[in-house]
Order: sequence, then structure tokens, then C-alpha cells
Amino acid sequence: MSALTLTHARFLLLETIRVPVALIGTLFFPSAAMLFFVVPFASDDSVAATYATASMVTFAVMTSNLFGHGVGVAADRALPWDAYTRTLPAGPGPRFVGRILVGLVMTAASLLPVVAIAALLTEASTTPLGLVLGAGAVVVAAVPFTLMGLAVGYGLPMKAALAVAQVLFFPLAFLGGLMSSPTNAPWIVQTVAPYLPTRGAVELMWAAVADFSPDPKALVMLGVWTVALAGLAVLAYRTDQGRRFR
Amino acid sequence: MILAQMRNVTRRYGDTVALDGVDLSIRAGEVVGVLGPNGAGKSTLIKLLVGLRRPTSGTVELFGGSPLDPASRRHIGMTPQETGLVPTLRVAECIDYVARHYPDPLPRDEVLARFGLESLARRQTGGLSGGQQRRLAVALAFVGRPRLVFLDEPTTGLDVEIRHALWDAIRAFHAEGGTVLLTSHYLEEVEALAQRVVVIDNGRVLADDTVDAVRGLVGVHRVSMAAMPVPPLPGVVAQSESDGRVHLLTPDADELVRALVRSGVAFRDLAVRPTTLEEAFLHLTTRKPTADQPLTGANA
Repeated sequence: MSALTLTHARFLLLETIRVPVALIGTLFFPSAAMLFFVVPFASDDSVAATYATASMVTFAVMTSNLFGHGVGVAADRALPWDAYTRTLPAGPGPRFVGRILVGLVMTAASLLPVVAIAALLTEASTTPLGLVLGAGAVVVAAVPFTLMGLAVGYGLPMKAALAVAQVLFFPLAFLGGLMSSPTNAPWIVQTVAPYLPTRGAVELMWAAVADFSPDPKALVMLGVWTVALAGLAVLAYRTDQGRRFR
Repeated sequence: MILAQMRNVTRRYGDTVALDGVDLSIRAGEVVGVLGPNGAGKSTLIKLLVGLRRPTSGTVELFGGSPLDPASRRHIGMTPQETGLVPTLRVAECIDYVARHYPDPLPRDEVLARFGLESLARRQTGGLSGGQQRRLAVALAFVGRPRLVFLDEPTTGLDVEIRHALWDAIRAFHAEGGTVLLTSHYLEEVEALAQRVVVIDNGRVLADDTVDAVRGLVGVHRVSMAAMPVPPLPGVVAQSESDGRVHLLTPDADELVRALVRSGVAFRDLAVRPTTLEEAFLHLTTRKPTADQPLTGANA
């Protein structure tokens, strides 16, 4: 990785963390959801708390990438600064890769309070191996939601991007089953969930940290979503670059 | 030595033709002023030269290569529009960020000193005044020790004092051998800084010559006097009034004065002088020469 990529990552991170409101979406919502929906209801039941924590981790991965990239990229595109950076002697690569790195850092940052709350305030537990596998599941789950964020951010202007991210995240979370237990979900969730990317992601997470065998259909659909979102993100990126720089 | 060149460059945005068959060479050591009304194609010209846009047809060269190749941009400096700074970054951070893209950048303190930004180094750019933001934006163009600097409307909206400070910085760069291409609304600015003027309108180069030549190109003189009212006179191409004086633009000042005397009207404080660049510019862009015959001066 070039020094220039790290430079871009560093400055993009600085820009992000200097806007406290941006941090709220990333850091506050997942922890708040943890405190309001998991701690009061499932803290004594080790199995339920573990599943619920894994669900909230998935939720955090989704929101931080969907909002971070969706709104972040759209806001950047609106600033002449972004075009200015294209006149510096570097291609678009370092800035783009730097942006992905920042997404990973922000995802990690949003997960830490969730995991800390789970460890301190609930009976959730997993093995060291489960933790490692869980980290792997986070990386796999981050891919489709990063692509979703990029598709929204490069495809839509700022205000529309924010609205679309807001419209997307709740149904994806609820219908994907992030707010219900693996076995005892409302029928609509049971019917729709396997076809949503959130389901495959959360089932991977559950399988990583607890004794759960994921639904092959949900995992296949996660793969399908990842490929489809990659196509959408590439299309949005190309269209945007074509509109602004061709 | 030619640092940047456009050959028969046309650029369309959909149905709009922003540049239409433009030829332009920027030679080392020049300060070139690009003049033209809004929408004339000035910004497109710069965007093509720095690689932000591709020509629809024709070729653009920067230091012998394509401006789209990052390596070709190693010796240029560019100014972001003043609203384009990242509001949360500090002044010093903006300079450091730009500096990391270049092999041998100016030390940060030197950049700060040259543009009078020392006391602002720790401030976030969003908290700076418009003039301070503009100074930083111009300063960023010089961070990488460029050989060629592009300044798009560098002092638009600034008060006179700051404008003159920026002019001094640009002149200092030129004195060290630097090359500048600047666009401006302020004709005074081009007259003060540039040796060469390129007038463009509707995407075409109307004139490309020295400041004096462009001024003389239209051969228009300004005859002004204190007199009211002025009778109809021959050969007047434009007439205006200010401070109780009447200003007449004419290609033949001698004949105009003769006609004025013959008319018997009372006048005093008669003054005849060559047009300012502004007057020449207005004359050029309102005359709309035919597309096949761009105006050229004696030196072109």
C-alpha cells in the first residue's frame, strides 16, 4: 500500500472524526440499540444475548458502511475539493483505497462499544476461536454493505443519498432478522429474510460465535447480493467519473 | 520551451460547445491572462489543461505528456475554488496534504509566510474569512514547487489589500522563472500581472497577443470631456457618462475631435487616450467576429 494511500486515509479519517454528528451515526446507534434492545431483554440468557450481540454487530457493520460511504461519498462529490485532489499528481486510486480503509476503521470503531457492552452488561459469551471467526465474518459482511454505500454515494446527490440510506437501513435490519432471534421471528421476517443481504451476513455471524448452522439459501443470496452490489457500485462510480471528469 | 499546449481542441458538453477549435501554447516564463465573459470557456480551458476533463477532439499536452497522466501533473500547481476547502481541516493540514503528493515540496512554514498565513496555521478552514480562504487556496497551488501554475479567478471577491498581496506573491513566483496562466474577471488584474492576453468568447480565441497589442488591436481611443449635452458625432462606437464627463470610444479620435470643434458645442478638459484593456475587451466580445476570422494582432 502506497504512502499516498495512507495519507488520503489519514486525512479522510480526520475529516470524518471532526464532524461529531457523523460519529453519532456510527458509534452511537449500534451501542444505543445494544443498550435499549439487548441489555434489558436478553442480558441474563447467555445464548440469546450472544445471538443478539452478533445481530447488533451485523447492524453496526451495515449502518457504518451504508452511511459512512453513502453519505460521505455523496458529500465529497459535492465539494470542489474532491475535483481539486484530481489535479494533484496522483490518480484516483489512492483516494479511493483510502476511503475503503477509513470505512474499515470506522466499522471497527463502531463495533468496539457493542462488544464492550455485551461483555460487561450481558451474559453473552463466545470462545476465542468464535471471536476470531466473528472478526472474519465482519470482514465478509462489510463487503456488500461497503459496495451498497458506494453505489448510493456515487449514484445519488447528497440529500437523496442520505434519504435512501435512511430508507434502506431499517427494513434491511428488521426484515433481515437482526431484531429478532434466529428461531423465533415474525412470519414476514421468516419469509423475506433469506433473500436479504442482512440475513446471510447475520447468519454467518451467528455461526461464527455460537452453535448455529446457517441457511444455505441465505448464504447464496449474500453472494448474489455482493456480486450485484459490486456491479451497481462500479456502474455508479463510472457514471459519476464520466459525468465529472470525462 | 513550451510547457502546455492545446491543438485544435474542441470540447462539447452535450449540445453545448464550450471550446471550439482552440490552439494555445504556454511558454516557460510567461504570465498569460485569459479573459472572457462568464460561460466563455475559461474554466473548461483550465480543466482540460490540468486533466480534469478530456477534449472531445484535438490534443492537450502538459510537459510533453497527457494531463490525464499523474506524472505530467508533477510540475503544475492549481487552486481549488474558495468554497472547495474541506472545512474541518486545519490550514497547516491542507498544506501538508498537498505537499505529500510532490517529491520536493516547499516547507510548510515557507508557504505560510509567503501568503501571510502564519497566524492561521492551526485554524480550521471553515472558520476562515473569505479572503483568508482564498489566500490559502492560492497558496496551495505553490506548495509543490510548480513550474506552471493555473489560477482560476484567483482574487475574485477579495478586497484591494489582499488582492495586491496576492499579486505580489504571483509576481515573486514569476520573477523566479515561474509560469502562470490565470483567468480573471478583473481586467485590471490581467493588465497588472500578464504580458500576454488571450481573449476568448463562445469557446473561441478572439485574440492572443501582448497586453499592448490587444489594447491597440481594436485601435479604439477614448475621448472624454466635460460637456453636456454632446451632439451626435461621427465614428462613435460607444458612449458613457460619469462624474459629469462624457466618454466616447472611437476608432478615429482625430476626426471625432474635428467634428466636435465644428459642432460649436462648449466643452472643456478634453482628454484623448488609448483604451483600457477593459474597453478593448468589451469591444472585441461585442463585435463577435466571424468564426473563420479570429482577430489577431501584429505579433500573433
